[in-house]
Amino acid sequence: MYEFTYHKAASLDDAAKALAANEDAKLVAGGMTLIPTLKQRLAKPSDLIDLAAVPGLKGITEEGGGLRIGAMTRHVEVQRSDVVKRVIPALAALAGMIGDPAVRNRGTIGGSISNNDPAADYPSAVVGLGATVVTNRREIVGDDFFTGMFETALAPDEIVTAVKFPKADAAAYQKFKNPASRYAIVGVFVAKTGGNVRVAVTGAGPCVFRVPEMEAALAKSFSPDAIKDIAIPEDGLNTDIHASAEYRAHLVNVMARRAVAACA
Amino acid sequence: MADTGSPAIGTPVRRREDYRFVTGQGTYTDDINRPRQLYAYILRSPHASARIDGLDTGAAAQAAGVVAVYTGKDMEADGIGGLPCGWLIHSKDGSPMHEPPHPVLASGRVRHVGDPVAVVIAETLGQARDAAELVKVDYAVEPAVTEVGEAIKPGAPLVHADVPGNVCYDWQLGDPAAIDAALKGAARVVKLDLVNNRLVPNAMEPRAAIGDFDRATGEHTLYTTSQNPHVIRLLMGAFVLHIPEAKLRVVAPDVGGGFGSKIYHYAEEAIVTWAAGKLKRPVKWTAERVESFMSDAHGRDHVTHVELGLDAGNKFVALKVSTLANMGGYLSTFATCIPTYLYATLLAGTYTTPVIYAEVKAVFTNTVPVDAYRGAGRPEATFLLERIVDLAADELGVDPAELRRRNFIPTDAFPYQTPVALQYDSGDYFSTLDLATKAADYAGFEARRQEAARRGKLRGIGLATYIEACGIAPSAVVGSLGARAGLFEAAQVRVHPTGSVTVLTGSHSHGQGHETTFAQVVADGLGIPLEQIEIVHGDSAKIPYGMGTYGSRSLAVGGTAIIKAMDKIIAKGRKIAAHLLEAAEADIEFKDGQFTVAGTDRSKSIGEVALTAYVPHNFPHEELEPGLDETAFYDPKNFTFPSGAYVAEIEIDPDTGRLEVCNFTASDDFGRIVNPMIVAGQVHGGLAQGIGQALLENCVYDKATGQLLTASYNDYAMPRADDLPSFSLSTHATYCTHNPLGVKGCGEAGAIGAPAAISNAIVDALKAHGIRHVEMPATPEKLWRAIHQHQLAAE
Amino acid sequence: MQKTVSLTVNGKPVTATVEGRTLLVQLLRETLGLTGTHVGCDTSQCGACVVHVDGEAVKSCTLLAVQAEGRTVKTIEDVADGDTLHPMQEAFRDNHALQCGFCTPGMIMSALDLVKNNPDPTDREIREYLEGNLCRCTGYHNIVLAIKAGAAAMRGAATQAAE
Repeated sequence: MYEFTYHKAASLDDAAKALAANEDAKLVAGGMTLIPTLKQRLAKPSDLIDLAAVPGLKGITEEGGGLRIGAMTRHVEVQRSDVVKRVIPALAALAGMIGDPAVRNRGTIGGSISNNDPAADYPSAVVGLGATVVTNRREIVGDDFFTGMFETALAPDEIVTAVKFPKADAAAYQKFKNPASRYAIVGVFVAKTGGNVRVAVTGAGPCVFRVPEMEAALAKSFSPDAIKDIAIPEDGLNTDIHASAEYRAHLVNVMARRAVAACA
Repeated sequence: MADTGSPAIGTPVRRREDYRFVTGQGTYTDDINRPRQLYAYILRSPHASARIDGLDTGAAAQAAGVVAVYTGKDMEADGIGGLPCGWLIHSKDGSPMHEPPHPVLASGRVRHVGDPVAVVIAETLGQARDAAELVKVDYAVEPAVTEVGEAIKPGAPLVHADVPGNVCYDWQLGDPAAIDAALKGAARVVKLDLVNNRLVPNAMEPRAAIGDFDRATGEHTLYTTSQNPHVIRLLMGAFVLHIPEAKLRVVAPDVGGGFGSKIYHYAEEAIVTWAAGKLKRPVKWTAERVESFMSDAHGRDHVTHVELGLDAGNKFVALKVSTLANMGGYLSTFATCIPTYLYATLLAGTYTTPVIYAEVKAVFTNTVPVDAYRGAGRPEATFLLERIVDLAADELGVDPAELRRRNFIPTDAFPYQTPVALQYDSGDYFSTLDLATKAADYAGFEARRQEAARRGKLRGIGLATYIEACGIAPSAVVGSLGARAGLFEAAQVRVHPTGSVTVLTGSHSHGQGHETTFAQVVADGLGIPLEQIEIVHGDSAKIPYGMGTYGSRSLAVGGTAIIKAMDKIIAKGRKIAAHLLEAAEADIEFKDGQFTVAGTDRSKSIGEVALTAYVPHNFPHEELEPGLDETAFYDPKNFTFPSGAYVAEIEIDPDTGRLEVCNFTASDDFGRIVNPMIVAGQVHGGLAQGIGQALLENCVYDKATGQLLTASYNDYAMPRADDLPSFSLSTHATYCTHNPLGVKGCGEAGAIGAPAAISNAIVDALKAHGIRHVEMPATPEKLWRAIHQHQLAAE
Repeated sequence: MQKTVSLTVNGKPVTATVEGRTLLVQLLRETLGLTGTHVGCDTSQCGACVVHVDGEAVKSCTLLAVQAEGRTVKTIEDVADGDTLHPMQEAFRDNHALQCGFCTPGMIMSALDLVKNNPDPTDREIREYLEGNLCRCTGYHNIVLAIKAGAAAMRGAATQAAE
């Protein structure tokens, strides 16, 4: 790790100011991705701004029929939350599939979506449920938040404060894990709300994406068979030593069908 | 052969070492810190093949906290030698193998990603690592070659300019004319090409080394993560640093797993020992995991063509094997003997195949050196043999278990001389196969296959038998085959004046539980309680000598050395007792800790005898020296030959290719078992590594650049708890005939037998899809492709 | 940049001067000499470094020492009651759930975290919970047995205490 200056932000403003003051400053929430990255010297921030003590960023509340989850809420809290299990059980299940228990005890939803790892789980839920990302400045529609590999719509000094998830009639997440890292080789989040269906895919491409053909077919008939023959083009999908683009494209279909089946 | 009836042997005694480990009191090398200690960071090559045109350490040397920066030139200036290879192999034509230099720090060229280039030594590790970024290396990157098949092609980049065709040796065992004739005469010849995938051993404790130098005595001390401290002392002292043994102490304290990877003498050990001497301060180095991936010796990496000939009665008549074995960029300590004498000599397996021929080309590539990893040669032999036997059964339409039984060496045929040099002393392959197939309900499998099919799953069952050669020794034999060291073991048994016993053993425990098993052997031999026995290992300053622990040799060779030393203790004790009891020595019997005049109730305990030996007021000085402390060196007559039969049952999800190991049943013959709990643990661990090889683990290099793509646990798939089933184990013992305990060894069995059992189960599950072989690791994508491509063809 | 950090480790208040980049595991091992917590990888996967922070299992290799300011840390050295092993430690010994011992402290700390939340876990739950703890020696077979036995012993002790 390169040496850096550590700040413990006392407030959101404090954090935003520190972030704005230096373009090489970085926020740390749970640190579950950032600290391993720093340890491998893959990043060299001048300053590290810890959000742990910032008030008002933690907690899960039922809001407008859906959920508001504070950015510093840890995966374990979402996984075990009775409110989440009642309102959007698929979200609790997804949180329980992130990393491993010790990682879930530290990792946060805000950290996960701000980092936007192509194989992270949460982006599929944010897009799949049509969630809204709340920042210190504005609200960003989930569909617009994730802009590319490790890229988001966040301005350099913008900080995620919460995510608002609308309740779905039915939702499920299916993950095919990388045998080594246990990240998603492919993860598919399917949500049905009224006549509207969303299918969001993580792991397969450089960034989470929706599958409009599947969504349309499922809106007509919400069953696994309805999407059986909808093939995902492999162009632009990830290829690595664990899975080719062709295999990932195939898995998207399988995981999507299984997610639909799990919605029942 | 009957057990002694002693409760000490055959009992699952809880491990005496566990208290310190479960409370965090173990002392591993990185837990040790010496006063005024410095930290070393090793700058490694980021390139697979490059000429070093310039190396500027000036800025790094000036950086905060830096005490020294050394390169290969500094070591050359001090006359430091290269890392030695311990086994000389001769090619078919009688010429000795190519043995290019293996500099400790790169000398003008790097040959694999991770090759050490310079060492930065600083007050803190952070400072050393920061400064390492200031070392300027001018690399002229050259084409690299990582695969054996590519490396032997004409025009391939040469890893060493003076090794033509990258071939280290081209070796054979057997008669090429005889094998061709035997195959010609066969009623059927089954052929297969297969790969034995490259693995990274991945002991959970990364390697570490601390060099220390005592200015007062001139003694060097190396604390290191080693399976054999005396071997390191010999190799490093004699060949690299030229320090006499009397001035070099090597300590291997608690070691967190080895699996072969901690046998070898590594560059870092020489670097810290040498640097500590130069700087007159202790120097510590601890590997990061990424360094482990790119500097610990790797395992396996064979490409093989095999042909099995059968007669009309389904008896094996000929086996021909051609293998390309990857050596990596340099020869590691025992690299050269693995694909030869620990591989081809095992190709008879459990069968009576009369004619066997093997040829092996060892090939240099721009990869990390390859050496012994759990099983070492024997897993490779077993995998190809058990795959080709299964394939033969499939082609013949006979049950794989039946084909094996038909060709097993009969139980009454021991000692059995194989056509590949080894003589098996004992075994009973029928019994272990029966035990395994019964426990696995092999006969009832078809119903389970159908039940799985109703759930949309492809279920398969696979079996494998194995033989291995353990207790690696005897010196005379290995010497004739090219070993440059003896392979014996030493032990000292010291009976203290009040009857407690210290046993100093040259074996080294890095998880095997010697402190318990060896104590059981001593408790049995001397008739004293376990609590009075202390087992000491891992320090060249305490222990007379040692060849260390690998190849499942500790109990068979090291345990026997302890018994030989105990024999001497008892012999001397009888003399002392005879004197004390005023009887003839010939009349003194020793049993359960008591020296007794035969046929009387007159006796002396070993404690009384020991006290007399150390307080010799009433002692036969004219016949004996005082003291009760004996040393023995034991060099066995033969290897030992554990064997067994494994049954794997798996299920594949055809939609994703995801595989689940449903059941795994193992039946082993380890000879006599001293501690069944520890033996079962060894089997579990071996099975996990074998299943890991079959399904998960793969060391991958980028073909174009030679970059190591699997350099962390993000990419190298280690078996985790949810990848594995619980195991069903049984044992059947035929005793080793040439060591007093009758033991054979159990450490490697699981890793040897499991890959073939799993692979055979996979092919069984996919047989209906026309699949005859799936390369390891059988990843979900590979399995999905196997199934999917067949479906496409059929559609 | 040097920082002063104060926290409670194994029941004792500790103040130390660290760099911003100092990891909790470095503070524990190098400054405090608590070498029972191990480092087996660089990528937060092996779990040899698991300790409890404010009662929860955390990878001490993935937490800066400064992030532990004001928190309560418990390591393997503080699990036994004096010379009396904790039932989970005893269960690891009874079931031969360790060989080289390197992963063991992290395994035990993880096992305690599991049992705290799930006092009677099934084999499957144990295997899934251990996703973040690698062992290369045991094949996990005996670790699963040990955690089950340890959990049972802890339930027994809890029942006894309640009576």
